[in-house]
Amino acid sequence: MLLRDQYDADKMDITRRGFIAAAGASAGSEAVHAQDHGHDHDHQAVPSDLALRTKALESLLVDKGLVDRAALDALVDTYEHKIGPRNGARVVARAWTDAAYKKRLLADATTAIAELGFPTGLQGEHMLVLENTPKVHNLVVCTLCSCYPWPVLGLPPVWYKSAPYRSRSVIDPRGVLREFGLQLSEDIEVRVWDSTAELRYLVLPERPAGSEKMTEDELAALVTRDSMVGVAKVTLQGGQA
Amino acid sequence: MNGIHDMGGMHGMGPIQREKNEPVFHAFWEGRVFALSRALGAWRKWNLDASRHSREVIPPAEYLRMSYYEKWLTALTEQVVGSGLATRAEIESGKPARGSTKAVPPLTADKVAPLVANGAPASRNVPATPRFKAGQRVRARNMHPVGHTRLVRYARGKQGTIERDHGIFVFPDSNAHFQGERPNHVYSVRFAARELWGEQASPRDAVYIDMWDDYLEPA
Repeated sequence: MLLRDQYDADKMDITRRGFIAAAGASAGSEAVHAQDHGHDHDHQAVPSDLALRTKALESLLVDKGLVDRAALDALVDTYEHKIGPRNGARVVARAWTDAAYKKRLLADATTAIAELGFPTGLQGEHMLVLENTPKVHNLVVCTLCSCYPWPVLGLPPVWYKSAPYRSRSVIDPRGVLREFGLQLSEDIEVRVWDSTAELRYLVLPERPAGSEKMTEDELAALVTRDSMVGVAKVTLQGGQA
Repeated sequence: MNGIHDMGGMHGMGPIQREKNEPVFHAFWEGRVFALSRALGAWRKWNLDASRHSREVIPPAEYLRMSYYEKWLTALTEQVVGSGLATRAEIESGKPARGSTKAVPPLTADKVAPLVANGAPASRNVPATPRFKAGQRVRARNMHPVGHTRLVRYARGKQGTIERDHGIFVFPDSNAHFQGERPNHVYSVRFAARELWGEQASPRDAVYIDMWDDYLEPA
């Protein structure tokens, strides 16, 4: 983990220009590095320029009474631990096992998601569910920024917010899907949904063959984040993302 | 604005890089930037559209170089200064100006769960007459405003079909610049992939784009 300790326990004077200049030289590589490999070791000898800038801003805003530190903690905790793709997976599994629910979900997704007890607030106020079928495959993108259905999928992964995905998914969706390991035949219609307004999209993937006897819980465990964005199918093996 | 953020259809951005077991935040500060952005939003000095625009105006070379949350931090800092919540001198020194009074934060920990649960709907319950209906052929306007817009460049001047009417929503082009919400209908518009990209695209495929009434004209 990139630790809070490092952020909190940083004892140097954050305004010292010499230190910032030294730290700044390595700051830009941090995100790239983090994207290169998932790791849980702390390899930074010094806090990055970005960590220092953020800490300075937070400290100023707290001192001015503009933000409440406990509220910041609660926000981070919510999106790190409480809201994520497991919510969406529950919605999908319910739709697979309850035809009446699926009908409600496709007609009014926001209400149907709330029905399962999930929030339909921040970035999920206006939900739409897109059903994949043997003839239609749906893929979701936000070419302009990073719009994503937070309440059911959590915050988006880096690739979803990245220039390669944003630029190519609308002009070459089949090529993008191949990059994700999904080869679709020409007789399948690919529908790309560019999230340019405040509607947020969740893909309802196809239920995998051979899952007929599985319970709702077992089904939910198979459903990946990527399948609900539309870059993967659900398989009996499940998947990491 | 015809900015670097409007990426749909661009080439040369490289392969999609995925990460196994990706954490929600890659560094502690990223979570703080995310949270600061939400907490400061509660002051209602700006709105979601203005926030998006504040990231779009980051110069293109910087926009491509910066990580996602570096863009957020940069834009948020500008919003804090631009709205008068803090001065540039305070940001640089990290200390409140001498003699400044301490405010009371509008977002406290107990209000986080309701905020997450209720959000901030952009739909509006005001009358607005839809100029189009499902099934109608339309053309996205060929317009190039220098300010904020959600009309993607790759669809401008292209013809599509209204798929459905989503209802009435705040208009980002005016709202981002604090020129009023001007709510109007938003439609899902289906554009054939070949209308957008020519013969190289699959004849079956389509891109569905959400578009405000003001972005469209009859085809």
